[in-house]
Amino acid sequence: MSNSPIETDVVIIGAGPCGLFAVFELGLLDIRCHLIDILDRPGGQCAELYPEKPIYDIPAYPIISGQELTDALMEQIKPFDPQFHFNQRVDEIEKLEDGRFHLKTDDNQEFICKNVVIAAGGGSFTPKRPPLPGIEEYENGSVHYSVRRMSDFEGKDLLIVGGGDSALDWTLNLTPIANSVTLVHRRDKFRAATDSVNKMLALREEGKINFHLGQMTEIHGENGEMTGVTIKGEEEVLVKCNRLLPFFGLTMKLGPVANWGLNLHENLISVDTEKFETSAEGIFAIGDINSYPGKLKLILSGFHEAALMAQKVNAYINPDKKVVFQYTTSSSSLQKKLGVK
Amino acid sequence: MPKITFIEHNGTSHEVEGEAGMTVMEVARKNDIPGIEAECGGACSCATCHVYVDEGWLPKTGASEEMEEDMLDFAFDVRANSRLSCQIKVTDELDGLIVRTPEKQF
Repeated sequence: MSNSPIETDVVIIGAGPCGLFAVFELGLLDIRCHLIDILDRPGGQCAELYPEKPIYDIPAYPIISGQELTDALMEQIKPFDPQFHFNQRVDEIEKLEDGRFHLKTDDNQEFICKNVVIAAGGGSFTPKRPPLPGIEEYENGSVHYSVRRMSDFEGKDLLIVGGGDSALDWTLNLTPIANSVTLVHRRDKFRAATDSVNKMLALREEGKINFHLGQMTEIHGENGEMTGVTIKGEEEVLVKCNRLLPFFGLTMKLGPVANWGLNLHENLISVDTEKFETSAEGIFAIGDINSYPGKLKLILSGFHEAALMAQKVNAYINPDKKVVFQYTTSSSSLQKKLGVK
Repeated sequence: MPKITFIEHNGTSHEVEGEAGMTVMEVARKNDIPGIEAECGGACSCATCHVYVDEGWLPKTGASEEMEEDMLDFAFDVRANSRLSCQIKVTDELDGLIVRTPEKQF
């Protein structure tokens, strides 16, 4: 599927706290943003890693959870009507002849924008790959870390590994169309929704799925075609299968950012501390993903970086506009933008 | 200061000093122990600080709680003595603790 390119002022890569606050700072300068994130919701690490965990170092909030911070930021940027594109990863950035940037995601969505802000935190969240020898060989067909098309699994012998919602949901959804389904988990306790657990247990009772207690130790097959996986539990069993779906959660990887030709320092993007611009003119990096002398990976540092970045983006986008520094407390024009009545 | 020994998968051993109140993960990070990634920074949300507690020390470190046990589902090669090192608090009682790091944190 190819959609026509979306044209906007700024594309922000990453919808974590820094990406969200960047919308605010750019919005005050009348700059419009689209945000792209690989997760299915805003918040980045705050939403994925610690939604319920307290954060103690957000100025003026003695305590706030990752989710509360995300919700508050979403509320704060509402007046600027940011457009979100979730479940997508930016794969390519290219500078056009007219100085603008062309971006393409893994979902084939294209963007054309005047500036790019990389606020990608620890990189993109990617499914964990079980460290089984030779697993890469099977990733072109036999091993799937997500289900994009259910029809890929029709009539196949599936091995699903894990004990959370993804593992159980796909066990339930794919059992009717697969030839056989084997579920493997390291213990007979599941973190998934109770309803899913009960449905899965019923399928086990009815003999519609096989269940093994244990962990994967070896993949068998040849020429990229999987034939089975050894499971070690109380005893060792060889499960015959031609599709493997491992669900071990997500990990952060720098991902395609490394291929964009930006200067990196220990896998982080080098920026200056005046504008937080990268080695590529017009591309900025804020938050955990950037690096500069004295860098602290704190959300509050990312907020500061967003504010300074916005000034430079404004200079690029509105070169002739006289910049008058204003406070939201007293400026009627800023308050108008924020919808203050 | 309680001493903690980290033994890597390849057998390399590191004896370092911990501090009561820190977590074993924090002690590892402070001393640049290889094999402890702690991607989430200690929020019990990533399972990349997985260690094997030396059998003899299990009674003193105690067992993992439910949330930690859930998170261990995301670790690889989980064994009966598996723990997330961010959930083990260093105490003077743990002076001499030995933990082993897995081959990979995945």
